[in-house]
Amino acid sequence: MLRVIDLSVKFGSAQIVKRVSFELEEQQWLMLVGPNGAGKSTLINAISRGVPYTGSVLLHGRNISGMKPQELARHMGVLAQSHNVAYSFSVEEVVKLGRYAYSGGVFSSPPAEDDRMVDEALEMTGMTSPRGHSVLTLSGGELQRTFLAQIFAQDPQLLILDEPANYLDLLYQKQVFDLIREWVKKPGRAVVSVVHDLSLAKAYGTNAVLMHRGRIISSGSVGEVLSKANLRVAYDMDIYEWMNKMLSQWQ
Amino acid sequence: MIKRPEGFSATEYILFGAVTIVVMVACVCLGSVNIPLGNTFKVIWQAVRGLSVPDELSPAVILYVRLPRVFCVALAGAGLSVCGAAMQGLLRNPLADGSTLGVSAGASLGAVTAIAFGLTIPGLPFSGTVIFAVIFAFLALVVILTLAYRLDYSLTTNTIILIGVIFNMFAGSITSLLITFAHEKVKTITFWSMGSFAGSSYKNALIVLIAFAICGTVIFSYARELNSFAIGEENARHVGVNVKRVKLLILIAVSVLIGVSVSISGTIGFVGLVVPHMTRMISGPNHKRLLSASAFSGAVFLMIADLVARVILRPLELPIGVVTSFVGSIVFVYIFYTSRKAK
Repeated sequence: MLRVIDLSVKFGSAQIVKRVSFELEEQQWLMLVGPNGAGKSTLINAISRGVPYTGSVLLHGRNISGMKPQELARHMGVLAQSHNVAYSFSVEEVVKLGRYAYSGGVFSSPPAEDDRMVDEALEMTGMTSPRGHSVLTLSGGELQRTFLAQIFAQDPQLLILDEPANYLDLLYQKQVFDLIREWVKKPGRAVVSVVHDLSLAKAYGTNAVLMHRGRIISSGSVGEVLSKANLRVAYDMDIYEWMNKMLSQWQ
Repeated sequence: MIKRPEGFSATEYILFGAVTIVVMVACVCLGSVNIPLGNTFKVIWQAVRGLSVPDELSPAVILYVRLPRVFCVALAGAGLSVCGAAMQGLLRNPLADGSTLGVSAGASLGAVTAIAFGLTIPGLPFSGTVIFAVIFAFLALVVILTLAYRLDYSLTTNTIILIGVIFNMFAGSITSLLITFAHEKVKTITFWSMGSFAGSSYKNALIVLIAFAICGTVIFSYARELNSFAIGEENARHVGVNVKRVKLLILIAVSVLIGVSVSISGTIGFVGLVVPHMTRMISGPNHKRLLSASAFSGAVFLMIADLVARVILRPLELPIGVVTSFVGSIVFVYIFYTSRKAK
């Protein structure tokens, strides 16, 4: 479904992402993991055409560089790492913008299913009751769920999520990750997400790509990629020992 | 809880239109000499029917001084205000406006260049100021935004203000340099640069009307895209907006409209800052409502400011820029203070 071939990103003389290639099939959830500065966010920015890159990104065999912005948005929904809102739009107004990709010209009326899709997206993310609230009054978690609802309203086939657990407490982390796991079960859908919490990556991911200094150290199934040896190379520490030590605090 | 319809109803538009017309009529009747309402209507009605009007009804004052002036003021107010609303949405910054960013200073520099050197377009003797103001406004906007994006991609309030101050000083210094060598045109330039609608003609009103019709259509047609920019440029890209094209078209429309307004009236500060900000408090940030509400409120605000400028020191007339800058600077401080406090 998604093929990234030899993708590189350069800012000035600094090479941030170096010839990265991986594939993703439908119904798979790929976890992009690695330490800070590994180039994960830049990589997904490039996949969503947010930064200039060399190489190719193919979606269903088509190069995304040839797609118009609205067409790309119908295929790909992107959740940014942070949301810095400046005006008092209501939750519903923000979610409705997710339907922009399906809108016609200025004088065309919005497609009939827009309202239904917005209602469904609000319902899925638990934002139905605060739908009329100003986004300026929301907590970080509610804001994150508002933008997630916008993406669900967008109804794409591929979700690109940069730190979806950001600002979410443990309850909402579980709810949101369960929600995405259900979402990706439908045929024709897939998810790529940057995740720092390796436990979440292991629990929810089907595949993983481990990055370090702009390169892929390992890619494949989550079990293979998040091995003790791979993680030691990427993080320069014994992650397994650390995780077990943390877990022992609860026992 | 916010529950707002997407746009305004026909009744609301009729109400806005009625308020605008009432203020317009008041501005025609009031001034250094007050003219009774009945006489004003009589003169306009007779003129519309092509009949002669007795001199005791002051037809010259109504038809050739106040009416074209009020048309120019209303259209410039609507235009500047819509430009302010569009820029504040596009740059996701409530302090973005032609005057704070330095676009008006750029337009002013263009107009002063045209006046000082007597530059005109062959066949269109009045158009030199307009064309140069528009070109310089656009160039100013390109320079300012290029500098701002290089300094700080997220275009924070501090960056916007810093760049605006620097560009205003830069454009101001070149303008002063031109004035130094302008000799006999110094007086014209100085009064013009303070901002005044004195001497406005129907021709001026027509130019602003055409600019408003074309640029306003462009800006209004991108109301939905402006909503997405107001949430964030990154978000606009993610939902499928053609960010580069929309941004370029809106910036061109804004530059043309500000350039034309400045060339007709001189620099009128803060209209594009204050009016959209106050309007947003009532209409909400959705540009489908904000843009039209700003157009009406901008027209009304500037007509009242012009009226105050004409009558407060009667028979002397203040430059309108003095009134708008006085109100605007207070509101500017208020916005800046509250936005900093919110952080």
